[in-house]
Amino acid sequence: MRKKKRAQKIVFKSEKDVPLMAMSTGTMLHNKTGAWRNIKPVIDLDNCIQCGICWKFCPDVCIFVEDELPVIDYDYCKGCGICAEECPTKCIAMVEEEK
Amino acid sequence: MAKLKDLAAMEDRLVAGHGMCLGCGIPLIFRIVLRATEDPLIIANATGCLEVCTTIFPRTSWNVSWIHSAFENAAATIAGVESMYKALKNKGRIPKDKKIKFLGVGGDGGTYDIGLQALSGAMERGHDIVYVCYDNNAYANTGGQRSSATPLGASATTSPEGIKSPGKLQRKKDLTKILVAHNIPYVAQASPNRWQDLYKKAQKAFETEGPAFLNILCLCPTEWKCDESQGIRLAQTAVDTCVWPLYEVENGKYKINYLPKEKKPVLEWIKPQGRFRHLFKEENAWVLEKYQKQVDEDWEELNKLAKL
Repeated sequence: MRKKKRAQKIVFKSEKDVPLMAMSTGTMLHNKTGAWRNIKPVIDLDNCIQCGICWKFCPDVCIFVEDELPVIDYDYCKGCGICAEECPTKCIAMVEEEK
Repeated sequence: MAKLKDLAAMEDRLVAGHGMCLGCGIPLIFRIVLRATEDPLIIANATGCLEVCTTIFPRTSWNVSWIHSAFENAAATIAGVESMYKALKNKGRIPKDKKIKFLGVGGDGGTYDIGLQALSGAMERGHDIVYVCYDNNAYANTGGQRSSATPLGASATTSPEGIKSPGKLQRKKDLTKILVAHNIPYVAQASPNRWQDLYKKAQKAFETEGPAFLNILCLCPTEWKCDESQGIRLAQTAVDTCVWPLYEVENGKYKINYLPKEKKPVLEWIKPQGRFRHLFKEENAWVLEKYQKQVDEDWEELNKLAKL
């Protein structure tokens, strides 16, 4: 399994904590872009041919290949639908997000 | 050639959590380009969508060293960094055989227009750098103003379509040819839908000693006003219609990397995009004709150059 990296919360307690120049002190993984989503992709793994096309065309870096099968990280998926469009066996369906 | 599975196992150098729009082509391109080298990498980034969305203070999406200075001088910055490392190697502070790659990145605004003189200077001085331009045809970060990469007839906020105007009246600047005229070792034009091709070109660019330049078509559903899931399809039609031919120029020798089975009419590239919608009015038919003629002429010229 891929290890999930945790992003720390960054708090500047006083002015002295703020860096003097614009520099990065943490990772953007803290920004859970999955909240933007209206529709979400669901993979039917029975029909998956493990071609990796969904992995290579994912703009949000949220599809990973684990044990040769694609896994979607719903924390970051924005629901653009490129994976469903490009899948050669059409085994990815875009379904309405339940809230 | 690395296999897809090996590449998938590599750690991402651009991580998730960035604030790019739905279906944006930029992260898609850079995941491929950054996988093309395993050496340590230093990136100088011009202002643009990529810089703004990946580094929202105080966080960053990059797993590599990354600098941002100003809009116009990404190429100058990375050239300076390269010279600094050369000096450190000469002084013996770092081992001489240590391989470090230098990458300048800019959008079409930061490369075609504002950063052109800095880029030209860096290429002329022959620094060992790679410059990647992601061309999304507009200043997408600031709301879609026209840039010199905007194609003929496209509607942008500073070249809007209306009763008197059919969108942008001028043709697109051919930056790749300008870079070829610098007589640098490697210049290429690529598209994200041809994945292997883009990966190979990025690998070649990193391996080249001396300056190398990659011009990559980047899908932008927000400014092209198309469905966000259609981006890769659109890139495919751009390649098939020869609006964006894929070719490389190695030491002055042209080579076309992709010959479409049958050259499609430009109409297929224009139809799905909202920014060209007004071209289907009767009074704007001449723009379509002019566009088609221009694409045909460019393609013919490219074929002639490749046969030399």
